[in-house]
Parts: sequence; C-alpha cells; structure tokens
Amino acid sequence: MKILLRNPRREIEVAGPMRVGALLAQLGVNRESVLVIRGDTIVPGDTLLDDADHVEVRPVISGGLQ
Amino acid sequence: MKCKRCQDPAVIELRRHNTAFCTDCFLHHVREQVRRAIDEFDMIEPGQRVLVAVSGGKDSLGLWDILLDLGYEVDGLYLGLGIGDDSEQGYSHSSGVYTREFAARRRARLIEIDLPTDFGYDIPTGAAAARRAPCSACGLSKRHLFNQAAVDGGYDVVATGHNLDDEAAVLLGNVLRWNVEYLGRQLPVLPGGNGFVRKVKPLVRLGEREMAAYCVLRGIDYIVEECPMADGNRHLGYKHALDEIETGSPGAKAAFYFEFLSKASSLFRPLAIAEQEDGLQRCESCGAPTTGTVCAFCALVSRATDPERVAAVGVRLGRTRRGRRR
Repeated sequence: MKILLRNPRREIEVAGPMRVGALLAQLGVNRESVLVIRGDTIVPGDTLLDDADHVEVRPVISGGLQ
Repeated sequence: MKCKRCQDPAVIELRRHNTAFCTDCFLHHVREQVRRAIDEFDMIEPGQRVLVAVSGGKDSLGLWDILLDLGYEVDGLYLGLGIGDDSEQGYSHSSGVYTREFAARRRARLIEIDLPTDFGYDIPTGAAAARRAPCSACGLSKRHLFNQAAVDGGYDVVATGHNLDDEAAVLLGNVLRWNVEYLGRQLPVLPGGNGFVRKVKPLVRLGEREMAAYCVLRGIDYIVEECPMADGNRHLGYKHALDEIETGSPGAKAAFYFEFLSKASSLFRPLAIAEQEDGLQRCESCGAPTTGTVCAFCALVSRATDPERVAAVGVRLGRTRRGRRR
C-alpha cells in the first residue's frame, strides 16, 4: 500500500494487508498524534488496510506560543 | 469497531472517553463538547457578536464552522504574518488561501490584517530585529491586533482555537517553571474590561486529534504543515511529552487541565489580577491598555521596523512592504 507522510511530505510503500494499529507501530508513530485517512474519511485502529490502499498518516499536532 | 452511540461502523476511537463514533455521531460529539464548554464557563451570551481568530489551521477553521452551526453571530479575523511568503506555497500565503476559501464556502465575513502591509514587518524579520523568539513576536502581535480589531469592530467576544492539548501543554510549561502569574491567567475565559475584550477558548474540551478529525469529516481543507518558525519550540516538546503520557494513561491530559481549573487555578488568581491591574494606563502611541508608557506591541513594531536593527541582524527587508503604523 502507498502511505503519504507529512512534515516533510513524502510517500512510502508498505506491504499489506495490515491493520492500522500495526502500521502505526511499524512506522513508530504515536496513535494519539496522528489520523489515518483513506479516501475522504478516517479509519480506526482495527481497520484492515489492503495492499492496494492509498492512505495518509496525518500529524495532528500544531504549535507555537499562545 | 462499532459506534458506541448508534452501532454503525466507527471511524474514530477516542480512548480518553473509552468510546468510538461513526461520522455523524462524532460530529455531534464535537459540537456537544463546544456547547458544553460555552455553557459551563459562561463564554458567550445570546446575541453577543463574536470575532474568531483564524489562522487557516484545523482548530480555528473548525471552531468557526462549529460556532456558525451553533447559531452564533461570528466573523473571522485573519492576520497575515508574512512567513515564507517568498513563494506561492509559503506558509502564510497558503494559510490565507485556506482561510479565504472557508469563509467563501460558508459565506462568512472575514476581516484581514497583514503585518507587512499594515505595520511594515513580517514575523521572521521583525522577530530577529527585535531580538525576540519568532513565536513570542507572533503571539504578541496576535494578542494585540485581535483585541484591537474586536474593540474597533464592536465585538463582545474574541474566540480562539486553543484546544485541550494547547492548554495542557501551556500548563505543563507554566508548572515546570512555576510561572504563578501565568498560572493565574490560564483560564478558558479571560474577562473583558479596561480596554480588553472578553476572550474565550471554546475548544478546551477537545483534543487536537478530535479537531483534525472534525475537519477531515466535515470536508474542511486546512493547512496541515507546521509553521516553519515553530520548529523545535518548547511548546511542541511539551505536547509530545503529554502524548506519551496519554498513550499509557488515556484521559491524563484532560485530568491534568480540568483538575487544575477546579482545584488549583483560584490559588493563583490574586497574583494575576494584581499584576494586570497594577498601574494600567493607555499606550501613548496606540491607546491600548498597558503598564508602561508604550505598549509591548508598539515597542515591537518600533524595533521590528528600525532599519539599523534590521540591517544589523543581516536580514533584508526585501519584499516587505512598508505601510502605515497605527
């Protein structure tokens, strides 16, 4: 499957099928700090991703001082 | 995974609430959290005019969307910071595009202020010339200009998109250094008066992940890229640290912040009030409330546009368009 990552923007390939939770663990990403987006919706951790899927792992943290 | 509310397939799991939601129930949850925050902290009275500070990011655009849907009379204020504007893909240029597209789609009124055009400096140049950290110069500019625009426009309330993660991270930073005046002011509502418009944070019951999910599910395009000036700042480090704690202990961030509000915040209030009311007068340059003769913003503008200071830090003004100063 194709995985779009951000900051910096880049695309990688990961062999599927694989559950979202396992993908995040493999990428070393904290599940509290990202969304996994497939098409125009988000998918929870137990979703099985297919080898043909295109997904985005989008960070949700924004920063700066108040 | 099923939605805990309607049993349809879930799109998001919220470990903090030990629940999962489908799209419709999640959107209901988010609006409900904002409504509860507004009611619980008496943020906005019926009929009041609200000015929401928008940056093109998920929190501020999401907040604007929710307040409109909840029926509030709310306009947006966008502040152009001149960050990375050497290209069409630059940070400020892109964030402005997302903001204008949202406003047009929702047919909402957007007010714009541009730092380079209206005040003669951008954040990278101005912060360097004034010898301030970029986030410090940015925050100071925003606080001053949002308040001034609200005063000028006759708004009753300024709403900002600070969410639970923002507040928990700031709280952690203030506790680590025992900044007692800041702790006394870290509230979801800062009352108005003495030239300050009431400020509210309706997203304090929602985390960053919830707001990002809200925007994706509502089809709101926002700037995903982090501000290049914020890279490596302490605030982001605190967020990452809190995320690690939250992973092992869901709900820890909310408990940290809300237990502070209910059990400890009042202990620091007298210190903050004393500091704020101590010798408050009008800035001799712009008329804003200040404890000095010139407010911090006017001092920043003066330094940020001083040609000698700009030259000394080796920053070319280049594209910066000098404009009027207020």
